Order: sequence, then C-alpha cells, then structure tokens
Amino acid sequence: MSEKVWIAGGGVISGIGLNLRECLGAFREMKPGMGAMQYLSSVHRNTFPVAEVKADNTTLADMAGLPENISRTALLSLIAAKEAWQSSGLDDISRYRVGFVSGNTVGGMDKTEDFFAEYLADNRKGRLQQVVHHECGSVTEIVADAMGIRHHVSTISTACSSGANALMYGYRLIRNNIVDVVIAGGTDSLTRFTLNGFNTLMILDQQPCRPFDETRTGLNLGEGAGYVVLVSDSLAAQLQPWCRLSGFANANDAYHQTASSPDGTGNYLAMKGALDMSGLQPQQIGYINLHGTGTGNNDVSEGIAINRIFAPHFPAMSSTKSFTGHTLGASGGIEAVLSAVSVKEGIIYPNARFEHQMKELPFAPATAWSEGNDLRHVMSNSFGFGGNCSSLVFSSF
Amino acid sequence: MLTIYINGTGCISAQETATGGPLLANLREYDQVKLATVDPDYKQWIDVKQIRRMSRVVKMGVGAANLSLQAAGITMPGAIITGTAYGCLDDTGVFLTKMVNQQEEMLTPTAFIQSTHNTVGGQIALLLGCNGYNNTFVHRGFSFENSLLDATMMLREGSAQHILAGGLDELTQHSYQILSRFGLYKKEPVKTLELLKSPTRGTIAGEGAAFFTLGTTPGENTVAALTGISTLYKPMWEGEVIGHIMKFLEDNACTPNDIDLLVTGRNGDIDQDDIYEEVVEALFPEHPEASFKHLCGEYPTAAGFGMWLANGILADQAVPDAAMFYGKAPRNIKKILLYNHHQGTHHSLILLSHVE
Repeated sequence: MSEKVWIAGGGVISGIGLNLRECLGAFREMKPGMGAMQYLSSVHRNTFPVAEVKADNTTLADMAGLPENISRTALLSLIAAKEAWQSSGLDDISRYRVGFVSGNTVGGMDKTEDFFAEYLADNRKGRLQQVVHHECGSVTEIVADAMGIRHHVSTISTACSSGANALMYGYRLIRNNIVDVVIAGGTDSLTRFTLNGFNTLMILDQQPCRPFDETRTGLNLGEGAGYVVLVSDSLAAQLQPWCRLSGFANANDAYHQTASSPDGTGNYLAMKGALDMSGLQPQQIGYINLHGTGTGNNDVSEGIAINRIFAPHFPAMSSTKSFTGHTLGASGGIEAVLSAVSVKEGIIYPNARFEHQMKELPFAPATAWSEGNDLRHVMSNSFGFGGNCSSLVFSSF
Repeated sequence: MLTIYINGTGCISAQETATGGPLLANLREYDQVKLATVDPDYKQWIDVKQIRRMSRVVKMGVGAANLSLQAAGITMPGAIITGTAYGCLDDTGVFLTKMVNQQEEMLTPTAFIQSTHNTVGGQIALLLGCNGYNNTFVHRGFSFENSLLDATMMLREGSAQHILAGGLDELTQHSYQILSRFGLYKKEPVKTLELLKSPTRGTIAGEGAAFFTLGTTPGENTVAALTGISTLYKPMWEGEVIGHIMKFLEDNACTPNDIDLLVTGRNGDIDQDDIYEEVVEALFPEHPEASFKHLCGEYPTAAGFGMWLANGILADQAVPDAAMFYGKAPRNIKKILLYNHHQGTHHSLILLSHVE
C-alpha cells in the first residue's frame, strides 16, 4: 500500500467569511471575526464575544438549498462541503465512489436546546421535528443525502480534534480501496449548550482571545465548517491537486478529561508521529497552524511540546483561532483547508493580537500575513477534551 | 491479507454477560418494553470515588473494555476505538436541564465535561494510561461498525498490534421518552421469548456495551477471526441489500453455502423485520438462524452484542436455545454471518470465522 492521498480541494465557512476566498481576504486584511452575538440567543450575549458566521439561518438555508428549520450545523456543513467539491474539479459526484467523513461535537444541539424548554415543562410537548437531527450522525447524513453520497458516510466526535481525525479516517478509506474520494473535515454551530459548558470551565475570554500571548486568559468560541477533498493517486493524476496529506498521528494525553498535561505528552506524540509518518525532520516543516486556543493551559502545553521537537529551528507558526475563534468539531477541518492552501500558495497566516512573549517559550507566533513563501511542508495541530491530540502534515509534491 | 483475530471480548448488557461461564447460562427473561443493563461490580476496575461521578455509559464502557482486555491477556492496547450513536446522553440531559431551568446561570462543569461523545474513549485511555491512537465514531447505526473497520485497517497497515474496539449506548429517561414519541417502541410490555413473533409495530428499547480486543496474532483463548465488515447506507430496495450481501461474501471468498449460521438483528417490529425475511428467502432459505435483540433490546450499537454472541457461539460450538430463531445449528460451526440493520437505513454485515 504505497499509494499517496492528495488534497484536491477545500471549502470553508467561518466567522471571517462565507467561503474560502473571503476567509483568506480577512486574514490578509487583518479582520478577525469575533464580536457581540447576533444570531445565538443567550443571556451571556453581552459578556462573551464569539466568532459567528455572519448570516442568519434563512440566508444559510438559501445558500445550502435546505429548509431553514434544519440545524445550523448541517447548513454550515453543506455549504462548505459543496464548496470543497466544486473546487476539486471532480464534477459529477455520481461518477465516483465517494465517502463523507465529518466531525462535529454536539450534532443538532442548536435545535434540541430549543425543544428542551418546552419538553421539560411537559414531556409530551416540544416539536419532535427539532430533535429528529439531534444525533451527530444525523447532521452528517443531511449533507451526504443532499450531495448524493452513499458509498461511505461516517461521523467522528473527539471534541476539538474531530475534524482532523476525519482526514485520517478518510485517508485510510482511500488507501484500503473502499472509496476513491472522501470529503473530510468538520462542522459545528454555536449553541447555548457549548457556550455555557465552556463558561463553567472558566476558559472563555471576555475580550477577543490572545493565543500564545503571555496575557491570554481564554478562548472565544466560533462556528463554521471546513472540508478538504481527499483523492487517490489515480484520480489525482487527472486533477491539479493542492498538495498531499503526507503524515498524521493521533495520540492520547491520558492525563485529564479536559486539561492538557503540563509537558504536553499527547501533543508531542501527535506531532512526532505525524513527522515520522511523513518521513520528515522537524526543520523541514515550514509553518505550523497551531491548535492555539488561547487558554493558559493549552498554549503552554502545546508550546512546550513544540519546543521539545523543533528547538532550535522553529518554523513560522500562528493560531488562526485568533480570527475564527475556536470552532470545536469544525476547527480541524477548517485548519486543514487553511494548511493545505498554505502549502499551495506559501501563505503564513497572522496570529492576531499577539503582543507579549510567553515566558515559558523561546519562540513567538507570526503576526503578519505573507504569501509566496517556500513552504514544502505544513503541520496542523488539533488537541481536545478526552486527551485527544491529532496532528496532520501537508506536503507539496 | 492479514487475519484479524478476536482475542478477547467483553460485554455488559441486559443479560448476565459480564460473569463468564457458558453462553446465556442464566437467561434473564423480561416482560417490559425497555431493558437496562445488568451491572457488574464496577469496583473491580474503577476507584469507588470515581464510580460515583461516572455516568452509566462510562461505567459500562470501562467495564466491557476491561473484560475484553482481561480475556485477551492484554494490559495495554495500541489503540482505543469507540463507537456510540448517542454518546453520553445522561450527562447531556443533566446539563441541558439545568441550563434551561436555571436560565444559563450558576451551572457546574461536571456534567458538561462528561457529556462529550469521546468521554468513554478518553476515560478508558486515562484509566489504562494509554497514549495510543484514540478515536470515537458517532454515526448512528454505523458507530460500532466504523470502530471495527478503523481497527481492521490500522491492524493491516501495522500501526498497532492490539486494538480495543467497541460500541455502546445508554438509554435514559429522556431518550426513552423522546424515542417513544417517535413510535419506536411497543405500546404494551412483551415477553423476551415472544418478542420476535410479535405481530405489531415497534420494538423494545435496550442499551449495552461490547468491546473486542483485536490483533494480528491469535492469543491462547482466541476462537474467532473477524473476516469481514461492511456497511450499506440507505439501500433503495431489498434487491440492493441482497446484492450487497452477495458481493460481501464474494469479497471474502465464500458463498451462502459456506455460512453455517446466520445471526440477524430481528427486533420484533413487523415492518423492520420484513427485510430479514426477504434476505433469508433469497439467500439463506434453509440456513439455521439465531437472533439477539430480544435479549438485549434495540439500540444503534446493538450489533456489538450480536458480535459478542456470535463469538461465544463459536467458542461453545453451540447456540443457546434462547437465541435460536430458525432451524438447528450444525455440529460444526465454522462461519457466522451477522446481518443487522438499524431502522431500515443502516445495514451492516460482520463475518466471523472459527479459529481452531
């Protein structure tokens, strides 16, 4: 099994743009997406900034071609998955054996939490239509059905690394000749459930987040979806692929249900494993798209693990969550697309609001946009609850 | 192609599956529409203080995972892969309820932390100190099947030697209430041994956890190999299911004649059991058939119980009476085909072969 797996395209919707081009523009123009909540209804509306997708469900439903009462998570997913497919140049989807592997963390929770208020008052009440897509897998199926995908449909939920793990599984499905093409990534919309959950953990910043800054105090939640199109060697030969997925690893920190170990064991194992699989030395990585949530705990663990692997030759790195917020199950997918574009166009993304050097680390993130850099290999990190740590490596030909 | 061996199994279900001994030796017969797991003593695997904080689904997952590792004589798997359609429903319900009732104020983190779908996989890793690959599939009636497929692919590529893979789901007050409103369950209690002959719509609700320690070399107690696994999403008609089964058997170098026992996911819902009739008539008209959902109830990862049962049948070389649906099992059982579907949309095939 020496076959390579290629990235033939990608699509993104996030708090900084409704498609990939808009998102790239926001990075170039230094326009992060966080602000006061406009679409999510919550008592914390004026307390926590969030990076919402700047469109209501009616607009998103129109873009997706779905009814507007469908979970926002599915609407975002379909918009990004369609963009990814269109960018690949693969044309008629029915001509291929296609898989759809999507990560998300709370399925159709945005509708379930509306249902629950009525249901709790009287368990015979509440519109069932609102819970019919509660399951994570159901959200994936709405999108698969709308796109006409039947050969393989699956959903992964490993908290903040869900989207990254979807790429790994997609890679295996292609290498094992189960399908020829996989649309892989993740989606999540903002919900009160997640917002309140993260609030109880006291890791939400009341200001725009400051990843890898000494003064960071937490993350901002975001929403969106991001998918790459993975293709086999034989299909790649007929296309103009962006780059290839050359390595990855998934490791478990096995330290705490939510916190990262102080020395970033899981983070280290994920990055090291991904490098080993792609057959690279650390100094060959040109850019790292950091997990970089902006919490005290994540950034120090991730930074220490990076130091252990890369010192003294640190690649350029940044947290794009300083623009998109933390999009949870979508983040691995969104950042995979950004990393694949990074290889293709030599882009180093800026890390917004970085001012103060972290005292534990000998390196600092990039703060300005640049393109046309010679980036042969780019790493993307996604670490999450449950100790789940994943790293991906994208390489040019 | 490398053989994937089932080196250990662990199951916690509405039957006494956690205690060992002959298969279903002490049959639990029910007369109800929802079945709960028979809980083993979790203290053998989990610290008492932690048990109190853990939801049932986490406990049953940790329990089944440990039973499976113990049976395989493995202390540290190279990877942990979990399948769960619903995830941690109980903690999700607790957090949602408080969030609604307290208008998003004064909430505590425990239920939220434990509500994430990867809590079970994370807890197993944490308790074992396992830094290996860890993944959680949450795709309805394919959750368990995907965990097996991922494990199979990883073992074949050589990225792990022993993989713990399994599926589990819990039934909660809320999920039972809501799923009942969708018309999934019988209106009246039904006896365990009468469910599969029931002439009405609806089934019985269930829950459970089944884990398997898979490897590329057999262990001392190994009796079965996982020869094949396949899923079929939303078939258009019965013919597509039949064609898919034929293709699956062919891909695994066998024909219906090579199948000694068919194990089906019949659940007593006349509408849903129809497809089993069609398949049996077309491909396995004279085959002995066993079933399992009358024993464990219906849930999206119930195929895990079915696979546990099939492995046990290969070990005993006999089918318990309570599981037999049609005909008589042959004296020598070499190949078992497990065909299950969940709600007519998620069909799966698991082929097990006896290892001498």
